Amino acid sequence: MKTIGLYIHIPFCLKKCNYCDFNSFEAVEFIYDYLLALKKEISSLKGCGYTVKTLYIGGGTPTILNCDQLVSLFKTLYESIDIAHYAEITIEANPGTLTRDKLILLKAMGVNRLSIGLQAYQNRLLKIMGRIHTVEDFEKNFDTARSVGYDNINVDLIFGLPYQKVEDFKHTIRRILSLSPEHISCYALSVEEGTEFYRWQEKGELPLPSEEDERAMYYEAIDAFTRQGYNHYEISNFAVYGRESKHNMVYWTYKDYLGIGAGAHSFLNNERFYNHSSIPVYIKSITKSANAVAHIEPISAEEQQAEYCFLGLRLLEGLDKKHFYQRFGREITQVYGKAIVKLKEQGLLEENRQKLRLTAQGLDFANAVFAEFLP
Amino acid sequence: MSIPRERIRNFCIIAHIDHGKSTLADRLIEYTGTISERKMEDQILDKMDLEKERGITIKAKAVRMVYKAEDGKEYLLNLIDTPGHVDFAYEVSRSLAACEGALLVVDASQGIEAQTLANTYLALESNLEIIPIINKIDLPSAEPDEAKREIQEIIGLDAEEAIMTSAKMGQGIKDVLEAIVQRITPPEGLHESPLRALVFDSLYDPYKGAIAFVRILDGKIRSKQMIKMMSTGKMFEVTEIGVFNPDMQPVDHLQAGEVGYVAASIKNVIDTRVGDTITDAEKPAKEPLPGYKKAVPMVFCGMYPAEGEEYENLKEALGKLQLSDASLFFEAETSAALGFGFRCGFLGLLHMDVVQERLEREYNLNLITTAPSVIYKIKKTDGQKIEVDNPTNFPDPAEIEYIEEPYVEASIMLPTEYVGTVMDLCQEKRGTMKDMEYINEKRVILRYDMPLSEIIYDLFDQLKSRTRGYASLDYELTGYKKSEMQKLDILLNGEVVDALSFIVHKDKAYNRGRQITEKLKDVIPRHMFEVPIQAAIGGKIIARETVKALRKNVIAKCYGGDITRKKKLLEKQKEGKKRMRQIGNVELPQEAFMAVLKME
Repeated sequence: MKTIGLYIHIPFCLKKCNYCDFNSFEAVEFIYDYLLALKKEISSLKGCGYTVKTLYIGGGTPTILNCDQLVSLFKTLYESIDIAHYAEITIEANPGTLTRDKLILLKAMGVNRLSIGLQAYQNRLLKIMGRIHTVEDFEKNFDTARSVGYDNINVDLIFGLPYQKVEDFKHTIRRILSLSPEHISCYALSVEEGTEFYRWQEKGELPLPSEEDERAMYYEAIDAFTRQGYNHYEISNFAVYGRESKHNMVYWTYKDYLGIGAGAHSFLNNERFYNHSSIPVYIKSITKSANAVAHIEPISAEEQQAEYCFLGLRLLEGLDKKHFYQRFGREITQVYGKAIVKLKEQGLLEENRQKLRLTAQGLDFANAVFAEFLP
Repeated sequence: MSIPRERIRNFCIIAHIDHGKSTLADRLIEYTGTISERKMEDQILDKMDLEKERGITIKAKAVRMVYKAEDGKEYLLNLIDTPGHVDFAYEVSRSLAACEGALLVVDASQGIEAQTLANTYLALESNLEIIPIINKIDLPSAEPDEAKREIQEIIGLDAEEAIMTSAKMGQGIKDVLEAIVQRITPPEGLHESPLRALVFDSLYDPYKGAIAFVRILDGKIRSKQMIKMMSTGKMFEVTEIGVFNPDMQPVDHLQAGEVGYVAASIKNVIDTRVGDTITDAEKPAKEPLPGYKKAVPMVFCGMYPAEGEEYENLKEALGKLQLSDASLFFEAETSAALGFGFRCGFLGLLHMDVVQERLEREYNLNLITTAPSVIYKIKKTDGQKIEVDNPTNFPDPAEIEYIEEPYVEASIMLPTEYVGTVMDLCQEKRGTMKDMEYINEKRVILRYDMPLSEIIYDLFDQLKSRTRGYASLDYELTGYKKSEMQKLDILLNGEVVDALSFIVHKDKAYNRGRQITEKLKDVIPRHMFEVPIQAAIGGKIIARETVKALRKNVIAKCYGGDITRKKKLLEKQKEGKKRMRQIGNVELPQEAFMAVLKME
């Protein structure tokens, strides 16, 4: 029986953050119709035969849904597809949309992992980012989650923010550590086209920290979290041992996943496909045909090898060479021998008998490494 | 068709770029019915795309027209097209030598330009009858009287009978044809003397081999005849002779006074050199025609394929171009930075540009060229004399007794209001003023003694930008003079990049070194380490810039939905990298090599 990761996309936010280029909209008036379509798409999975090992409800802001909507969504899920009893079930939550009732209800629905977006521990920075909540809102939600029994919580952080000082980030780290979440995602800000931040940058009004400071923040995070016993297991992710995100591991270890909802991407049997990202188009397509696939992209063997490598190398434990051979029938050194030698010389990659992985310097220049693996 | 020699007229057109030479030629061809209007394509004479685009004629060509004049008789008119650029002065002189007359076309709104003047003087030296034509009289800005006055005052020609035309509108064409018939003398020459034919151009045809374009001065040439090239003594059997209608049309023979072509299974255009004399192998002429000169390249640069694997293709393309361009020189060379490539020699900068563009366009090659250089004559302390056209071969300063560099006399014609800025420019270019001549109250000719190396560096561009395109330039090599030249090296991360070295006058070395390091700083991408850029003369650093180290290059976030997008980003990075040249551990974009070619 095939096991997959299942991703459900809720593309709504009360307010879009200034740095966000995800497929999310403030168009809450579509929620009702969207959920109907979403449930229709989920129902179409009936009889597919897959077992869901990890379920991830992301957004947007999934917790924007009210209790009734959440119950109905989960009900459809459980009716349509086999969700393993041991499955990791995560929901993304934004402070400001979480209540005690909702948390209890979600737990009852089987949610066993909570991912809370905090980003920074300074209200002034939250405001610059366009977040709808305060540090206090977050703390309250975190405590509530703990009190109703969530024992696997992730907190999202961003560094390299405009007006952010190294000291600010150190403070954020200290406060986060005092809460002892099981998992911390810690992202370097990247200013993407189409975001408010991008527009500010174009106008010269986005005072980002220097590259030196930005890297200092990253090194500070690695240092502080690992010293507290967290496992730095992916470029931007830290976890208490055993609490690494199983769902995200599906992506990085190049396993099959299915994405449901507007703009959701799937990777199944070496084929990638994705749904229309516009909400009305998605709703229309689903209503008409229960299918909203916008594009199918077959992936050649060469590309599969490349993707396998550049995703796998994001993990600090690195790539398993034997596993590469099992999957592709070729030795990794045979395919990428020259690139590997060069990258090792540059001090970006290191190798032992089983594994190939980024060095500490390779973490800063991972793109240079990844690019070498492309066909 | 038999038209007696008295009714043959051989003529050419002298004009500045854009003054309407090609359009006038088109109208003449059209008017005489040489080509039906249906087949008429604008600017018939300029065959190559490149010529059409740039509006310049690179290689001379010829066309034969039959014109029924007012006197009721038919005349045979041979129009010999001449290249209009300073690099091809020698070709122009040979084309002129094939004619008895010239049409001097002057734009009614622009007046005479430096190049026109130079060519008109050449024509006068060859005793050509010159018919002044004032063209573009239809333009609102036309000042035909002013143009007339210039012709009279600068050249000293009687411009009273200048013909007013608008080639574009087809105005005055008949007057031009009548003037050709009435004012240009018929060719002289002896039918019975041994054959002497002047080669004024050549063309390579894959089937017929090298084809010589000739003007028969004496005797006759016919098919199957054995001919001899008088400069080399090489002999060939004529396979085809013919005339230009304007396409090539075979005839049985050509005789004194006529213009046509000769094919003789000649494998290479090197054997049909412009200016050479063709004679009868069995009954050769005693003396060749005067004026033959072997075309000597004056400007050299390295040409490298941007991608190493293109080397063979580049070699083949250069070989093919050389088949039809005897003045193009090339030989294999190797650069530590650029790998395998060629040292190429050209008549001048335009010639270089044209060759480079043809390689890129017709042969689809992506090239990296190094800074152009002239030939320096160096006397070494051990008494040895060497010639250097490549900075790589520049000797150690300690071994140099003195260096000589080629000088030219540059004539610049310009509106008076720019005299000050142009004089400043010429001074910057190490020029010494020899003469300043007022053509009228609005225009001036400046004559400067100037190093050729300054002209090939950026004088054209500078002149254009500082006079808003109103200045024109002509130059002539005058000889060699002692100069204090130095080799300037560029070091990246401590290593000399040979392809970036160039030879420069000592007073300019510091500035150029600084400009180049600054420019390189902008085009070299940041690396994982700091990259020092240094300019050095003989081991002494004279300028330095630093490309700061890149601190990070990493996508922080990559989940399911992002993979395609992130992969594209990586592909872009990889593509960019592919186009880089690896020099030591520094990656250099192609723009870096451009940086030494031109300065703003």
